[in-house]
Amino acid sequence: MRQQIVTVVGKAIRKASRLRGGGGSALPGLFIERLDPHFMKRTLAQLSRGVVIVTGTNGKTTTTKIVVELLRAQGLSVFTNPTGSNFTRGIVAALVESVDYSGKLPYDIAVLELDEAYAVKFAESVQPSYSLLLNVMRDQLDRFGEIDSTASLLQRVAKATTQGVVINRDDPRLNSKSFTSGIDADVWSYGTSPELAKFFPSDDQMRSGHQAVAPEITSKDDTRLQAFQGSTASICYGSRSVQVELKLKGIYNILNATAAVALTRRIMGPELDETKLLSALSDVTPAFGRGEDVIIDGQIVELVLVKNPSGFRLSLRSFDPNGVATMIAINDNYADGRDMSWLWDVEFDSLRREGVAVVAGIRAYDMALRLQYDEVDVVNVCPNLTEAIEKFIDTNRNRPKRIYCTYTAMLALRKQLAKHATMEKVL
Amino acid sequence: MSQTIRLLQLYPRDMNIYGDWGNTLVLKRRLEWHGYDVELLSYNSGDNFPDDVDLIVGGGGQDSGQGTIQADLLKIGSKLKALADDDVPMLMICGLYQLFGRFFKTRDGQMIEGIGLFDLETHGGNTRMIGNILTKSELFGEIIGYENHSGATYLAKGVEPFGHVYRGAGNNGKDATEGAIYRHVIGTYLHGSLLPKNPLVADWLIEQAVTRKFGNFNSSVIEDHFAREAREVATHRPR
Repeated sequence: MRQQIVTVVGKAIRKASRLRGGGGSALPGLFIERLDPHFMKRTLAQLSRGVVIVTGTNGKTTTTKIVVELLRAQGLSVFTNPTGSNFTRGIVAALVESVDYSGKLPYDIAVLELDEAYAVKFAESVQPSYSLLLNVMRDQLDRFGEIDSTASLLQRVAKATTQGVVINRDDPRLNSKSFTSGIDADVWSYGTSPELAKFFPSDDQMRSGHQAVAPEITSKDDTRLQAFQGSTASICYGSRSVQVELKLKGIYNILNATAAVALTRRIMGPELDETKLLSALSDVTPAFGRGEDVIIDGQIVELVLVKNPSGFRLSLRSFDPNGVATMIAINDNYADGRDMSWLWDVEFDSLRREGVAVVAGIRAYDMALRLQYDEVDVVNVCPNLTEAIEKFIDTNRNRPKRIYCTYTAMLALRKQLAKHATMEKVL
Repeated sequence: MSQTIRLLQLYPRDMNIYGDWGNTLVLKRRLEWHGYDVELLSYNSGDNFPDDVDLIVGGGGQDSGQGTIQADLLKIGSKLKALADDDVPMLMICGLYQLFGRFFKTRDGQMIEGIGLFDLETHGGNTRMIGNILTKSELFGEIIGYENHSGATYLAKGVEPFGHVYRGAGNNGKDATEGAIYRHVIGTYLHGSLLPKNPLVADWLIEQAVTRKFGNFNSSVIEDHFAREAREVATHRPR
C-alpha cells in the first residue's frame, strides 16, 4: 500500500514538474528518496535478468546505448537511465516514470550508465548481475583523486557483481592479477588485437615511449577487435570471426561496440541470436554529442565530446582534419573539470596543416595558448559560445565542420545549433 | 653557429600525470623561439644519468609512481645537489618537489626519505588542497596556477618560498607560502600548466641555463598575448 501511494505521488510530481517546463528529473527523485529510501532497490529487484552497470572513465554513454540496442534486438525489454542522470535521484525519477501504478516494473533487465564513484555506492546497495568496466583513464582528477584510487572503486563494483564482470584487458589497471583477485563472478574480457594496440595508448604509455604490449589474457572468454578499415570492423570471439559495417565513427567507438558485444554475449549465453546481434550492431548510431552530425547549409557539422586527455587524443586520431574546418570549445565548469592542465597532455600537431578556425568557451585562451605551443594557427578566439558558433558557421559556409567540445560547452552549442537544424531532443 | 641547450626530463615515465609535459614543451619552444637549439633528454629509473645537463624539469605523479622512483632518486640525489650548487636551473612540481625536500611522512606514519636539496618537510594530510591558486613573488610578480595535493609542506627557517599565496592554499594552507627556491631550483605545487601561463618564470629558467653555459643570453620578443588573456581569465575563475 505504501509503495502504491509513493508511486502515485511520485508520478504526479513528475508530471507537474514537466508541465512547469523544467527537465522534471530531480524533484520526484528527491521526493521518493526521502519518503521511501528502498524504492530503487526493491523496484529493480523485480527484474528477472537483474541489473547491468556500465562504468569507467571514457565511453559510458555510447557503450550503454549500444548495449541497450543489442539487448533489445535479442528480444529483451530493457530499462535504462537517460544520459546525465547517473545518480540515485535521476534513476529513481526514471523508474517512477516506468513503473505502473502498482509499482511493477515491466522490463526484463536494466542497463545503467554510472559514474565511477556512484557506481560503487549503487553496486554495494543493489548487487548488479553484470558489470562492464571500460577503462581507468585520467579524468577530472580534481573530482576523484588519483587514477589508482579510481581503479579500486571499479574493483569494488566488480566484487559486488553476482554473475559476470566484463573488463577491458588492454587497460593495465583492470587486467591485472591484483585487480581480478577477489572477484566471485566470472571475468570475461574484450580488447584489441596487438596490431591495433598502438591506437589506444594508456596514460602510462603516453610519455614513456614504450610500445604498447598486449597484456596476458586472464579471463575466461575474450572478445577481440581484430581489425578495422573505415567503418568496417572485424570482431572475433570463441572460434567465430565476424565482419560488421558500422554507423559509428571513431576508433574508440568501435572498441566500445566490441565491449558491448562481449557483454551481450555474456548476458545471453547460449540463447544468443548472432544474426540479430550483427544486424543491430550495424544499425547503432552515435550517442548525442559523441560524433553526432548536424546538417547546416548542406554541410556536415560534427560534434565531438572531449572530456579528458585520452579521449581527446583518440578523437584527434580518429577524425581526419584535412578539408574540414575545426572549432574547439573548452569550458571549466564543475562538470568539465576546473583544472586546465589536461590540455597539455594532448598533442595537437595533427591540426597544424589546416589550423583551427575558432577557439571558444570560458577557457578559450587556455586552448589558444596550448595551440600556440604546438605551433598550430588559430584564426579566431571567441570565449562567448553563441558568438563563436555563429562566426564559425558564417566563415566556413562551404566546408564540412567539426567541433571538439567539453561537456557544458556541448550543451550550449547544441542549443544554438538547434536554431539552424533539427536535433534529437535530449531530456 | 647554433648553440644547444640540453633539457632533461626527470622520470617522465612515472611522474607525468598532471600535464607536466606542458612545462617541458614551453621550455623547448621558447628556447627555440629565442634562437637556441634544444636537445631533449629523459632520465628514468635505472638509466645512466646524462652528462652536461643544462636545465632539468620534473613532475608530479601518482602515489604509486612516487614509490617506484624514490629509491632511484636517492641514488642520484648527490648528483642533483651538485648540479644545483653549480647553478643548473631546475623546476620540480608536486611529487618531485616533495621528494626534493628532506622527507615525506605519510598519514599512517611511514617515513619516505627525500634528497634534501630543499630544507623542507612534508606531512600527508586528510584535506586535499585543490583549485585555482594565485601567488606573488618579488622576482616574478603574480604567479597563476592550479594546485592539487594533500601533502602539507613546511619550509625550514630561512628557506625562500617560490611565492606568497593570496588566494588558495599553497604549501600547507596555513603560512601563505607556496613552493621553494634554492639557487636556481624552483619547487612548487602549481602543476602542469605553470610555465604556459607564467612565461616570465619560463624565461627566467631559460636565462639561467643559457647564461651559465654561454655567458650571455640573447632573448627575442615572444608574442605572449594568449598567455596574458588566459592569466586574466584564470584570475577570475572559482577556486
